[in-house]
Amino acid sequence: MSTQDAAHIDTAQPNTARVDIVRRNNIRSYWRAAITLLIAALLYEAVARSGYFPPVLLPTLPKIGLALWGSLADGSMPRHVVYTLYRVMFGFGLAIVVGIPLGILMARFRHVENFFLPLVSAMMPIPSFALVPLFMLWFGIGNTTTVLIVFYAATFPIVFNTWSGVRSVNPLWLRAAGAMGADENSLFWKVIIPGASPFIITGMRQAFLRAWIAVVGAEMIAASDWGLGWVIFDAKEFLNADLMLASLAVIGFIGFVFERLVFGSLERATVLRWGMMRAAKG
Amino acid sequence: MLPIEVRDVSLEYDTPAGRVQGVKGASFGMQASEFLCIVGPSGCGKSTLLNIIAGFLTPTSGEIRIGGKAVNGHGMDRGVVFQDFAQLFPWRTALGNVTFGLEMKGVPKAEREEIARKQLALVKLEKFMDAYPHHLSGGMQQRVAIARALAYDPAVLLMDEPFAALDAMTRDDMQRLLADVWHKTRKTVIYVTHNVAEAVYLADRVIVMTPHPGQVKAEIPIDLPRPRDPLSVEFLDTQKRLLSHLGGTAIPAAA
Repeated sequence: MSTQDAAHIDTAQPNTARVDIVRRNNIRSYWRAAITLLIAALLYEAVARSGYFPPVLLPTLPKIGLALWGSLADGSMPRHVVYTLYRVMFGFGLAIVVGIPLGILMARFRHVENFFLPLVSAMMPIPSFALVPLFMLWFGIGNTTTVLIVFYAATFPIVFNTWSGVRSVNPLWLRAAGAMGADENSLFWKVIIPGASPFIITGMRQAFLRAWIAVVGAEMIAASDWGLGWVIFDAKEFLNADLMLASLAVIGFIGFVFERLVFGSLERATVLRWGMMRAAKG
Repeated sequence: MLPIEVRDVSLEYDTPAGRVQGVKGASFGMQASEFLCIVGPSGCGKSTLLNIIAGFLTPTSGEIRIGGKAVNGHGMDRGVVFQDFAQLFPWRTALGNVTFGLEMKGVPKAEREEIARKQLALVKLEKFMDAYPHHLSGGMQQRVAIARALAYDPAVLLMDEPFAALDAMTRDDMQRLLADVWHKTRKTVIYVTHNVAEAVYLADRVIVMTPHPGQVKAEIPIDLPRPRDPLSVEFLDTQKRLLSHLGGTAIPAAA
């Protein structure tokens, strides 16, 4: 074997030193994030305690913490979370089921593209929140409306990215697969889908963020009794700023968990592992 | 009946500047287990001709016969190796890439992995079976591509300048390895290159093409004993002879 092969052994099978460096960088980045959050919290606390604002409108962090603890302990907050997650997952799931096939069809067939592209371009910029009153007229208050709002918000980024992804699949892969006897079905599942996966995952990521923003908005006016958006809107009636801020913290936390943990691990397990996407350096 | 026959193949295509003749009246036949190199300057249509044989392009006229049968489009009777390293599927390991053709054929998992392991051993990559392509060097990726094209046992292996993007040292290694693989498998190979020394090292016979339109200008048998020594007098003489056929059209390198 040539010397070049030997030089590549360590990249092919990462040695423990390399893994350690990666782990250390991860820990360091968590620390940096923690420091940022801590400074922001201290600034907030300083403003809240300054006396410039009524404490009932700008509660201190311990008060917010207590409100959060109380709502967790009596089971109301978990229930709000479950309702909201149900709506967002349902709508997001629908968006995936509709958006990925539609994006692929648009990229593969001229007629489908000609028909849907103007529609997608025209509907994508409409804020899903602007549709809430209309959907309330059509579907009433409750899950149907909120799920459909989420679906509307999440579908377009998935369609758009899938469409771009399929068009950017390396033609050499299609040629190679064709030469190896791949039929349309195998070509689709074993070449086009994985080949377009960096775009599809990016689309899902953007879609989830939009869905998460949309569900909270929709719940504010189109949900009753349960949901993180509803609880914030409802707390306004009772001047419960602490509960509002506690709910916001929960919303931020869940969004963060999905963004970093769910989509982050999905990326690490697929496109980063395959070298189709690279992690930022330094 | 010859295993492979190219009969009077021509290809014209439209460009903004008008109709261009890419390949004109190319004809040749091949014996089983023959190693044929197609040599010519850049843009002479040699890659186009290979793509026609592979079935990626349809000739304007003429036909390709494999095993006596006219072929249309691509098929599993031909294995293809491209120049670009990106031909491998990045989402599959080296082993996964090599099993792809067998998977399409419906070979059971255990059996296709067994075959793929043997093919990877043939190109000396058995230690890198589980590596993803982006962890492999260019030369290693091209070796995986060769193993992948051989794995489903096509009648003919088509190679389009597979080592042209490699550094000179790796390229020498690869040529030795390919000569060795060919010696072991006795595959029929059509190999496109613009590198004269490479053609003399690998080929049983060299087809020289002229540019614009791409035409077969000469057929030169290379009967040097194998393994060939690129520094021997006979080797250099053959190289000179081949260069003289190219000479009419080639631009001197030092110009």
